[in-house]
Amino acid sequence: MTSRLLAQKIVIIGLGLVLLAMSGASFYHSRRLKEPVVLGPGVTAVKQLADYFEPLRGTANNCNVYLLEGRERGATMLVLGGSHPEEPAGRLVAWILAENAVVQKGRLIVILSANRSASTVTRLGGAYPPDFSIVTPWGSQTFRMGDRWTNPLDQWPDPEVYFHYPSRQQLAFVDIRNVNRAWPGRPNGTLTEQTAYGFMELIKREQVDIAIDLHEAELQYPVISTIVTHQRGQDMATIVSMTLTDMEGFKIGTEFSPRTLHGLSHREIGDYSPALSLLFEAPEPFLDATRGITTREQLLTGKDEFVVKAGKHGLLFEKIDEKGWPIDVRVGRHASALLQVAETWGEDHPDKLLVITEVPRYKDVIEKGVGSYLRDPAKGAGRVVYE
Amino acid sequence: MPVVTLFYYALVAFVSVILAVNLLKSRKWERDVLYVLVLLPFLLRLLRLK
Repeated sequence: MTSRLLAQKIVIIGLGLVLLAMSGASFYHSRRLKEPVVLGPGVTAVKQLADYFEPLRGTANNCNVYLLEGRERGATMLVLGGSHPEEPAGRLVAWILAENAVVQKGRLIVILSANRSASTVTRLGGAYPPDFSIVTPWGSQTFRMGDRWTNPLDQWPDPEVYFHYPSRQQLAFVDIRNVNRAWPGRPNGTLTEQTAYGFMELIKREQVDIAIDLHEAELQYPVISTIVTHQRGQDMATIVSMTLTDMEGFKIGTEFSPRTLHGLSHREIGDYSPALSLLFEAPEPFLDATRGITTREQLLTGKDEFVVKAGKHGLLFEKIDEKGWPIDVRVGRHASALLQVAETWGEDHPDKLLVITEVPRYKDVIEKGVGSYLRDPAKGAGRVVYE
Repeated sequence: MPVVTLFYYALVAFVSVILAVNLLKSRKWERDVLYVLVLLPFLLRLLRLK
């Protein structure tokens, strides 16, 4: 090897190492970004998912479980945020609950990172931003962007075909890392299956009456702006949908969970536990395949000229205009919907009420912004935990 | 870590070594750049960074 060739290789390998160090540092930091949660006055205990299923201890998916015990006994509601972390409205509503909600009657169990591993990675090849920030009165709070699927660093490789357990239904290979295709889970399965199993154990042990899984969807997906419900929750979901549409000024429909489509929370939680299972969908243009450049601004404003154009061509299942679908609107919809579920449940179960206060409704979130309901960790005084 | 995952990491290490050997053997700078760029995602996975 000539000295010129050697010098050439040293320079190119050196540049490669610089690239490796820069990208590696970025990925390392993103995966370990700490998200503070200031425990609100209603939080009575913080457990971990491994307290319900021990094999999850030490894994990326040993998420926090926030318990808000009411002053009086009543119904128990489980709220799952972050099943798909790239749908941030669900996580933010869960954050608002953990930092603000006070339960007068019954119990609220809140999960902020149902698939915590998926919150530590972004869509491979998707050019997602690594994080996003919400402006608050005290500054801003940064959250991990996340993905739909468990981080391949925690579960890899994927099979050619994913056979759902226990139905044996064939699903897309990548959905073996999708916690909302893994219900009811399997104790000796993959990390994603074990995560779903852990939640089923929680649901059974805590005697959950209502389980709500918070999601967002692309406008090109037909299941959008809706409550998807197990057949045992059909009446309640329909009343909630009608009440919200009539009283709160936004339209939300009802979809019935197909009995033969397996792995989803609205199907399997209802089939494998006594809990009523509901799944909420809000519109998120950030997820649409026809979107433009994928940025933090697009994620939070929900504005995208290409998605608007797709709408003009009749390709969407939800309306969109130049105003977009701001995060405040999406969070507000979820907040009102889950509060309305609690109220509607109470009308049918006067002997087992669920009364939640201090949680903003749709109009409040739009008026004041999501950030107004996030607490300053610097003033947490020993009541700060991290996701 | 499941056995199949260990096997996949071994495959990644094997491909990384092959790429590194080819990088050292090549005599064109364009190929050197190509080998380095292809090698990067393999190293990021091997180091469990991405």
